Amino acid sequence: MKTNDVIFQTVAKVVFFMIIFFAIHLFFAGHYYPGGGFVGGLLTAGAIVLLLLAFDIKTVQHGFPLDFKWLIGIGLLFSAGTATGSLIFNVPFFTHAYNYFHLPLFGKTSLHTAMLFDLGVYFVVIGVTMTIIQTIGESE
Amino acid sequence: MEILMCIVAGLLFAAAVYLMLSKSLLRIIIGTGLLSHGTHLMLLTMGGLKTGAAPVLGEHAAAYTDPIPQALILTAIVISFGVTAVFLVIAYRAYQELGTDNMEQLRGMETDD
Amino acid sequence: MSLLHWAILAPFIMAVFVPFLRKKAATIHTGWFVLILPVVLFGIFLQYLPVTMNNSSIIQTASWIPSLGINFTAYVDGLSLLFVLLITGIGALVVLYSIYYLSKTKESLHHFYVYLLMFMGAMLGVVLSDNVVTLYMFWEFTSISSFLLIAYWYNRDRSRYGAMKSMLITVFGGLMMLGGFLVLSIMGDTFSIRELAAQAPELNNHPLFLLAMILVLLGAFTKSAQFPFYIWLPDAMEAPTPVSAYLHSATMVKAGIYLVARFSPIFAFSGYWFWIVGAVGLFTMLWASFNAVKQTDLKGILAFSTVSQLGLIMSLLGVGAASLHFESLDDNIFTTAVIAAVFHLINHATFKGSLFMVVGIIDHETGTRDIRRLGGLMSLMPVTFTLSIIGAFSMAGLPPFNGFLSKEMFFLSMIQLMELNLFNVETWAVLFPVMAWIGSVFTFIYSMIIVFKVFTGKFQPEKLEKKPHEAPVGLLVSPSILAVLVAVFGLFPNLLSYSLIQPAAAAIVPSIIPPGEHLDVHISFWHGFSPELWMTIGVITVGILLYKFMPKWTGIYDYFPGKVTLNQFYNSGLYAAERGSNAITNAYMTGFIRSYLVYIFAFFIAALGFAIWAKDAFRYDASAAAPIGLYEVSLIFVLLAATITILLAKSRLTSIIALGAVGYTVSLFFVIFRAPDLALTQLVIETVSTALFLLCFYHLPKLSRHEEKRRFQAGNAIIAAGVGIIVTLIGISAHSSKLFASINEYYIENTYKKAGGENMVNVILVDFRGFDTLFEIAVLSVAALGIYGLIKLRLEKGGETNENE
Repeated sequence: MKTNDVIFQTVAKVVFFMIIFFAIHLFFAGHYYPGGGFVGGLLTAGAIVLLLLAFDIKTVQHGFPLDFKWLIGIGLLFSAGTATGSLIFNVPFFTHAYNYFHLPLFGKTSLHTAMLFDLGVYFVVIGVTMTIIQTIGESE
Repeated sequence: MEILMCIVAGLLFAAAVYLMLSKSLLRIIIGTGLLSHGTHLMLLTMGGLKTGAAPVLGEHAAAYTDPIPQALILTAIVISFGVTAVFLVIAYRAYQELGTDNMEQLRGMETDD
Repeated sequence: MSLLHWAILAPFIMAVFVPFLRKKAATIHTGWFVLILPVVLFGIFLQYLPVTMNNSSIIQTASWIPSLGINFTAYVDGLSLLFVLLITGIGALVVLYSIYYLSKTKESLHHFYVYLLMFMGAMLGVVLSDNVVTLYMFWEFTSISSFLLIAYWYNRDRSRYGAMKSMLITVFGGLMMLGGFLVLSIMGDTFSIRELAAQAPELNNHPLFLLAMILVLLGAFTKSAQFPFYIWLPDAMEAPTPVSAYLHSATMVKAGIYLVARFSPIFAFSGYWFWIVGAVGLFTMLWASFNAVKQTDLKGILAFSTVSQLGLIMSLLGVGAASLHFESLDDNIFTTAVIAAVFHLINHATFKGSLFMVVGIIDHETGTRDIRRLGGLMSLMPVTFTLSIIGAFSMAGLPPFNGFLSKEMFFLSMIQLMELNLFNVETWAVLFPVMAWIGSVFTFIYSMIIVFKVFTGKFQPEKLEKKPHEAPVGLLVSPSILAVLVAVFGLFPNLLSYSLIQPAAAAIVPSIIPPGEHLDVHISFWHGFSPELWMTIGVITVGILLYKFMPKWTGIYDYFPGKVTLNQFYNSGLYAAERGSNAITNAYMTGFIRSYLVYIFAFFIAALGFAIWAKDAFRYDASAAAPIGLYEVSLIFVLLAATITILLAKSRLTSIIALGAVGYTVSLFFVIFRAPDLALTQLVIETVSTALFLLCFYHLPKLSRHEEKRRFQAGNAIIAAGVGIIVTLIGISAHSSKLFASINEYYIENTYKKAGGENMVNVILVDFRGFDTLFEIAVLSVAALGIYGLIKLRLEKGGETNENE
């Protein structure tokens, strides 16, 4: 899948960051507005796929020098860890906690352990999607 | 509307089953994809359609649509993506190794011949 | 959990650490570590001896499944303590022996000792459990560990065959026994053996009594290798010799004896019990001793001899049941049988254990166990020879060894039967001593074969694989200890009388012993020229004569047809079962995915269609339905058009794009139906999966139709239509009949209050139903790793050929 289309590559780079930011926005919005770990993860993966299409696998691997299989593990660890963490506080498995804080500039902000769990989902989804697409792509 | 959607889901199911029963691997995979679409629509219909605003409290609506089927479907969508991916890879590996996508030839019972 | 429970579980716990010991301390034979455990346990249990000698018992209960009345109740009385001491005592000797028998470098010792420890724990559990359910659990554990130990050298065909056979037969018996236990627990409304025994008189009149008895006896007979189930024991001799000595002569096969003894208080009053246990035992004794003589493998002889001796003990327990019908203890002559059973049990463990170890030594030092190749080893292996003399003479019932004493008591019990006027015994009574006597003659002959065919006669070094010499001291220690016990128990039997035999016998027939009294178990060496002594003398004379002229009469074995043996029956039965199930399975497992899908969908249609029809479940009520809008209708048309395109598509590209169209339409539906999260996800997923389809595009086959026949297509269409209709009907009915209020109110109310979120769908996913999501991402990860494996493994393995394609 080699291409020398400069316009496409340049556009892809710009769009990539736009998608990434949108994905991260969706992820953080998840608790209040449509979005969340799944969509965020998928969109992020989609953005990377876009780069894959514009450049080739080797270039992208150079840009993202991480093994996506590790990302799956890290994500699972986050999610299961958040769920298990509640045991330390002597509450049932999977009990989430949240609180509101007043931060300068941001104003009233809430912090959720559910967010950590969702972060795990986010990582897993990116990891899974990228692992699948990368392995299929590499096998060509 | 719900009745109509039930019929649509039924049609999707019928088409999916028809595809799954055929001999060609790719058609079977496409069949499973259709089957999950049908299931999702059916699930959504079961929660009642257009009974209120989107299930986001920020809408400050008097009534919301049922969030539970939506949560279930969201899970199902992602899972069916995983399933489709596995199927696809199995199909393409099987085709690569065995050189056929005819399910009748993929029986793997050469000892019985 | 008390000390007793920990003692039962200790071997299992130890077994966990054995593999580590093997790794960390590779220079020391693993057996030395394992040896500690039975020795310690033996010491611990020895302390219970004073308790049981007073005919009292210890009960300790730990809850296991209290709601079902199933508790892990450990119960120590005379009977269980006797077995526990045998298990740990012989166990210690066997482990010691195995240290020298199994090479540290060549054998996978950790497997061996893990299985052996598992067996030891299971056996302790069997004899110490008061609850029938725990008893059953441990019972099956012994079967499994026996299976693993027989198949220890699993690369040998015979080992696997023997292991399978013992497993099938003993597990069959175990299941029957479980049935018996359940029937008993229904009859008595308890799982406790003690409580069942307390209700024995009522149980005796219960209509299910006989059924329960036969089922329990099946368990005992299969485990103790009684006729006709004995066939697994000779094949079990493929196990390493320490295992044969331990499991298949001293302990596991005695579990059946234990079961019969333990359930005697419940069943033994019945005449059936007397007849079944007595007759089966005696016949087994005769039949197996007769067959032992024609074996040429030393372990084969010992296997049949074990079967025969187990039959002897079993028959004594059966005959001993007659003692329950006597009023007073003083003139109760049948207590002799019970005492003899317990005494012979101990004796058998000692002399048979030592004989097995002797045979192991012979095998180890000469490389063969075939008596046709052995001979003249007396001068080469004098110690082994002495040990075998002691063991074999005791087995043959010769003085001054312990076997003589219990054999005499056995004869006495059988003779006494002629005086019995119960259970219509009169006419048959004379058969008992006759069969016992004939069996004993054959016992005498095979005992002589073991000693004299091996150690006297012509030395044939050319037929042996190794140059024979005396065994190392380590191998001789265990059999020597046992041989010394054989002699000591023979000369001073009353060492055992009141310490072990009396409490055990009392536990078998508790009802006849009035409070405060004891069974009289004084065993005397000499009691005049009684009939039983004459029987022994007869056995010796006839035995010597028959042994001398063996070639003259062994021809009678040819009269027994080889085709209709029990083994033949087992083999052909197994073969037929395998063939039959294979044929049935092949008939519907066609390997064609369509067939399986047809089964599934046909069942779906039939079951749900029938349910809708039979329950009259179809409802139609469109009053609550939302109005139909223009957008929706047009979307439906797009959706249907795309679906039809897929069905008719000739090229794969068309169908992939059409599938994408269906997906996008569905996401539009999500938009219309107020499901923004779904719409977002569906859109992205559809994009990614279409990309995936296209990625695989070049590898995927052309969309071929494979010339499906009209009938094939019509069948598919009918099934497809059926599924579609059923789904629609269910959907409409479900919509039209709301049986209960939706639970969504809870989520709408609590999303903000309890989870501090506003997007209900997301909150449900990450909070309320977090488990779903956790497992979902786990499934996704498995899928990704599976795909990775599918693709990557090939590249490493098949390499070139695949890459060139």
